[in-house]
Amino acid sequence: MSVSTKSAFSKVYSLTKASPYKKYRNFFFVLLLISIFIALLVPFTNFSSDVSKNFERIDFRNLKNLPLVKLTNSASVLAPKNPLCNHWDCFNIYRCGHTGHDRISVYVYPLRKYIDEDGIQASEQLSREYFSLLNTVINSKYYTANPEEACIFIPSIDTLNQDKIQLNLTSRALSSLPHWRNGENHIVFNMVSGSFPDFLPSIELDTGNAMIAGAGFDTLTFRQNFDISLPVFSPAAKSAEVKDITHERSWLVTSSQLNVDPYFLSELQQLKRRHAEYVLVLNACRSHEYARRCDVDDEKTYEYPAVLRRSIFCTVFRGERMGQVVLLEAMAANCLPVIVMDGHVMPFSTIIDWKHFSVFVSENHLSTLMEVLNGISEKRIRQMQRTLLHVYKEYFSSMEKITLTTLDILQDRVYPHLGRTYDVINLMPEEINLNPLFFPITSPKAHGFTAVILTYDRVESLFTLVERLSKVPSLMKVVVVWNHQKKHPPSLSAFPKIPKPINIIKTKANKLSNRFYPYKEIETEAVLHIDDDIVMLTSDEVEFAYEVWREFPDRIVGFPSRTHIWDNSSQKWKYESEWTNEISMVLTGAAFLHKYWSFLYTNFLPSEVKDWADEQMNCEDIAMNFLVANITNKPPIKVTPRKKFKCPECTSNEMLSADMGHMVARSQCVDAFTKAFGRMPLKSVEFRADPVLFKDPFPEKLKRFNDIGSL
Amino acid sequence: MQAKRRYLLVCLVAFLTFCYFGGYHFRGSQDILLDIEELASYISLNTIDTGYLVRGRESNLIDDKKNCGMETCFDFSKCEKDFRVYVYPQEDSSMPSPSYLKLLNVLLESRYYTADPREACIFVLSIDTLDRDRLSNDYVRNMQSKLQRLPHWNNGLNHVIFNLYSGTWPNYTENDLDFDYGKAILAKASMSENHVRAGFDISIPLFHKVHPAKGGEPGAPSANNFPLEKTYLLAFKGKRYVHGIGSDTRNSLYHLHNRKDIIMVTTCRHGKSWKDMKDDRCDEDNKEYDKYDYETLLQNSTFCLVPRGRRLGSFRFLEALQAGCIPVLLSNSWSLPFSQVIDWNKAAVWADERLLLQVPHIVRSLAPNKILQLRQQTQVLWDRYFSSIEKIVHTTLEIIRERLPKQPIRDGTVWNNFPGALVTLSTYSDSPEDFPFYSEKDERMGFTAVIYCQLGNPLSSNSPLYRLVTYVGKSKYVAKILIVWSSEKRPASRNRWPGLPLQVPLHIIQASANSNIGNEQAKSSISQRFYTHKEIETEAILSLDEDTILTTDEIDFAFTVWKQFPDRIVGYPGRSHYWDDSKSTWGYTSKWTNDYSIVLTGAAFYHRYYNYLYTEWLSPLLHKTVEQSQNCEDILMNFLVSHVTRRPPIKVTQRKQYKEQPSAGSWSPWNDPDHFIQRQTCLNTFAAVFGYMPLLRSNLRLDPVLFKDPVSNKRKKYRRIELVGSENLNSCIRSAEMRTGIEMFIENANSSFKQDKVEIRVYKESRNEQRTAEMQKGIASSLWKEQNPNPKATKISIRVSGGQKLSGIENTKSDFKKVKI
Repeated sequence: MSVSTKSAFSKVYSLTKASPYKKYRNFFFVLLLISIFIALLVPFTNFSSDVSKNFERIDFRNLKNLPLVKLTNSASVLAPKNPLCNHWDCFNIYRCGHTGHDRISVYVYPLRKYIDEDGIQASEQLSREYFSLLNTVINSKYYTANPEEACIFIPSIDTLNQDKIQLNLTSRALSSLPHWRNGENHIVFNMVSGSFPDFLPSIELDTGNAMIAGAGFDTLTFRQNFDISLPVFSPAAKSAEVKDITHERSWLVTSSQLNVDPYFLSELQQLKRRHAEYVLVLNACRSHEYARRCDVDDEKTYEYPAVLRRSIFCTVFRGERMGQVVLLEAMAANCLPVIVMDGHVMPFSTIIDWKHFSVFVSENHLSTLMEVLNGISEKRIRQMQRTLLHVYKEYFSSMEKITLTTLDILQDRVYPHLGRTYDVINLMPEEINLNPLFFPITSPKAHGFTAVILTYDRVESLFTLVERLSKVPSLMKVVVVWNHQKKHPPSLSAFPKIPKPINIIKTKANKLSNRFYPYKEIETEAVLHIDDDIVMLTSDEVEFAYEVWREFPDRIVGFPSRTHIWDNSSQKWKYESEWTNEISMVLTGAAFLHKYWSFLYTNFLPSEVKDWADEQMNCEDIAMNFLVANITNKPPIKVTPRKKFKCPECTSNEMLSADMGHMVARSQCVDAFTKAFGRMPLKSVEFRADPVLFKDPFPEKLKRFNDIGSL
Repeated sequence: MQAKRRYLLVCLVAFLTFCYFGGYHFRGSQDILLDIEELASYISLNTIDTGYLVRGRESNLIDDKKNCGMETCFDFSKCEKDFRVYVYPQEDSSMPSPSYLKLLNVLLESRYYTADPREACIFVLSIDTLDRDRLSNDYVRNMQSKLQRLPHWNNGLNHVIFNLYSGTWPNYTENDLDFDYGKAILAKASMSENHVRAGFDISIPLFHKVHPAKGGEPGAPSANNFPLEKTYLLAFKGKRYVHGIGSDTRNSLYHLHNRKDIIMVTTCRHGKSWKDMKDDRCDEDNKEYDKYDYETLLQNSTFCLVPRGRRLGSFRFLEALQAGCIPVLLSNSWSLPFSQVIDWNKAAVWADERLLLQVPHIVRSLAPNKILQLRQQTQVLWDRYFSSIEKIVHTTLEIIRERLPKQPIRDGTVWNNFPGALVTLSTYSDSPEDFPFYSEKDERMGFTAVIYCQLGNPLSSNSPLYRLVTYVGKSKYVAKILIVWSSEKRPASRNRWPGLPLQVPLHIIQASANSNIGNEQAKSSISQRFYTHKEIETEAILSLDEDTILTTDEIDFAFTVWKQFPDRIVGYPGRSHYWDDSKSTWGYTSKWTNDYSIVLTGAAFYHRYYNYLYTEWLSPLLHKTVEQSQNCEDILMNFLVSHVTRRPPIKVTQRKQYKEQPSAGSWSPWNDPDHFIQRQTCLNTFAAVFGYMPLLRSNLRLDPVLFKDPVSNKRKKYRRIELVGSENLNSCIRSAEMRTGIEMFIENANSSFKQDKVEIRVYKESRNEQRTAEMQKGIASSLWKEQNPNPKATKISIRVSGGQKLSGIENTKSDFKKVKI
């Protein structure tokens, strides 16, 4: 107890002593008692006010002294595993959704020690792996301590290894669980199943309607869309792990398993005789250690699993059971698995595409192994290795990952509309095609485009532009974005009379990003972004640019082009507006874009880039070019010959120096955005688009677009 | 003193009580934290798995057709050579249903087909098995005995049985085909997860009787609007069954109907005796049902509900897919079509029949960008795997083929992305980088120039071929020049050819001498320019004719453009196709036009993968057409590339005339008057075999950035291109395009002046063009009728005149315009 409290006490004491009103002494005492009582009550009252905390989180301390549960013979009738179960019949979906409609909730039973009347234990002490599994569940976003709101139940009885449990007792223990209900929504984890002599591919417990997350399933026992296939976790895998794919691999294929079926072994030895420098066949050494393997022929010893790192492919055969630890060890060593197990359900095969990084050879065709492996190109091998590295790290590298992957599969199954797609799961982030417009269609001309004009207060020029645009046949609508905060935009009646609708949007702040807001008023997919002073484009040119955009709807298609160059002296990117043979940007002062890019600019542009453009009142067009190029990896398309976009009379010296400053600022933008995106996404091209008959000696009247290219 | 002690005592007691009751969460700190490493592992590696099960033991145990797998119920040895399909000959006694007939025809025309059962890997019955509902008209009786009579039945080994309906009222038992299919692979619609034999059976979509054999309708969406704002969010219109299997789901749909954005209308008015079965809601439902049109709902809804009917699948699934209406599946345990390879999460939304009322919440929770993705993927899948019976059958066969041993790998990325697995042949390469579709490599090797020599004119220093080789040799990017010599004359000896830089080797392949190419009949084929010559090591191929004229600058520029569009044909000679309404055929034109849809391979870059597709993948019928006419191979290549990419080719810069004018008297296939007619015929044959017209038009050509810009020529990288194009003024005008001319004229006529008489004269240039001119006259009049807004007021006279020089447009009178084309 601290000093200050002590002195407080003495103060109280002295006060009471000094007090002439002794009858109050009891009052203080009672007060103290009451306050202590309240203080004691506080935690309990707290509990009852919040239901979710009402339940005890499972805790792992004291594993040695677990509460005992005695199983009596008269316990409920055991139901054997129901082979017909699927997600739709046996899984009670109504139990999910108590905690909102986007996430499953998983309950873990408290740890108990189960014994029968004679005191025989149902299972040995919790294993390290099962502990890790439970711990992962508890710390995951899916965990709930409240069985009433749980969607999935995980028994805390360690069933990973069938050899280590009393089958009958464990079955009884499972059915004695308070929420068991014949296994409904329960998931039983198992990695080593079956026993001598049959070694059934699924754990021989009476699991009723419970799901089994197990290793070594074959297609006959695996209940589609219900069970989950796991890998057999290997404690040795960690020591085999590699960080990248640069390892020198001297063997093409290695078989390292102990006690492979003699039939396979002899096939392998035959292969080895023919391709001695490619094939390594290992078996147990005389001493029989797991960490040491010997060549079947010359008894040369190798460290295991380190030897796996020296081979490109590693075979995986069935043993007594389908599930083999070597699979995970090979994967850890980035050795591409060659699966020689007919009818095996590969781990997590519902979401992971094993064809992406492994080879399947049917048991009867083992003799073709070398032919198959030699048929795989070098490029493909590299790619498989990269994928394997990624997949192993994400889904297999520890008990924690394996557990989370299992829960994620259940999550996707219960909430399929939030489910991850093939690409998200199987591809590396950089491989995923982000291009939002991946289906190649040319939209009909009749859909037309919307012109979005960003304006401040240049009304006169705005009106000229609107008038000119109205002559473009495919224009559907004009949207004027009025950025001046104090002045009001001119009323619609003041606008030139044009046959197309005009919408005026008054913005709330004078920001350049306003031009890229996906306004509701834009009803077409094509948007012509145009500055209010671009009045020099002919209607043929705009119409033609729209035609070009229709053929390249995922790109920026427009008129003023710029390029970026690497300045060796300053070691920076420079912005360039000179006449060059290459272009890498098309400015949005006059360009067609899909409306989707406005949505992306507004919602997903890195905030530092967006803020930079808004603060500097500059470079929003460069930012848009970066955004589009970063996602599509495609350059923009410039249309028709170069134009003079500035007013002809602005050639005084002042303007020139202002120009210089402008160029410096723009170069800074390019440099800053490169850093923000982490790379230079812009791509240069040497072409532009012209009408098919442009400049051809051909009657102008017969050309669809003839008014093109005037300065 | 006593009071002090009392206080202390109370405090102490309180503290202890607190510790005992409330302070349990401090206890952990007092306990020793558990060390995971203290726990034993669940297995001990040193003792595990010291045995093996004798191989093949299981397979002996399994003799049940329920447990079939590829290893147990399929004879791989039949497929060792090639993947071929045998179709039993048609029995005269019974005619299969139209759908099955289409399916069989597709197989007969496909490259999988073999007429020899000994070569076959897969057998397909000629007995119609599509409809196994005993109450149906197409139901074939005595199936079992018919099967027994088949010479190769062998208890269904290596057979594929296509089926759309199984079981019958009232149970609709799923695997009740009413005959014993033994070890045959089922390619069956409406399968459930429980009944699909994993890795063996294939779930196919249910398709209509009118589903086209080939080609097929494109998807309805013509644009990728964003955000997708349709009139309705979710729609369903269909029958409901008042009683019996599968009726519950549809019977409760009315709960979701809100008349605003969710339209769920059902009717029980179907079948003969619906009135006897009807329930309380029927009348009300029918009234609501009649308010909406099925087609309108399909087109104007973002999501379409696909609930189960009596069976798990329904026509609605394909209909929704085609309409670009994202399917919301309400059919528990349905194994979706081709779900072995297709990731439906990318194109459809699963709902649960048990959670019907959650459906609105589910569809509303999807973000607009997710909706855009889903919708596009419906189109990718529809277009690649479902739009015709041919695609469905080929997809089925390809899935089986991938299971065979020694097949190269094709993973889900290929299946689930455009352009899809049917045109991405894994036998070409197992690495996506080698295909033109996925590559985003900045660095590409140079190109191989393939010059096809058919005429075999003698080589001299001013012959076109000599010049061409010289120009190509000067290119910065050329890696190799390959001469494909198919003339009967002998090619000039090596020292007669122009000198080339050291790094540019020149190979001559003589078709007659070279036996490693193709089979005998293809030896002198015109298609040999597209063979997959092993000498071609670069991805890019520059395909040339012997008399092509191209400058080095043009070649280099076209190559830099091709690098940006490796999946397309990029080249010079643009041509186009059009629909000739008067004759209801496709027309082909080489005239100058405002657009083009074909770039001839006489001067074009393309990816070498298309050579492989051309020789290995195209239907034998197409090859036959080319062989017979010894023509059209370039059009076929354009068909192929447009079919695969769904994009038009790309024309670069101005050059139109890409050939030397043949000197008078000498023969060239290109000045043969029949040549043109033949090409027109080809166009129509190809369109028929493909089942649709894959060619697409483009309005643009690509020029160098500074092309014809008012800037010093020295700044231009490709300055020589500027000089090309004006050299052949005469020929340009001569080939002025008829159709465009008339279109333009009519447009002008409408806007600028009112006229009551129009004369269009079609001039023919030479005797050979008589036929062309006649044809154009036909087009002109049909176009005029089609486009003239005021047919009563205007008369048109179209004449064919001979042998006059043309000079474009001329105005004779101000109110009467004459266009010469």
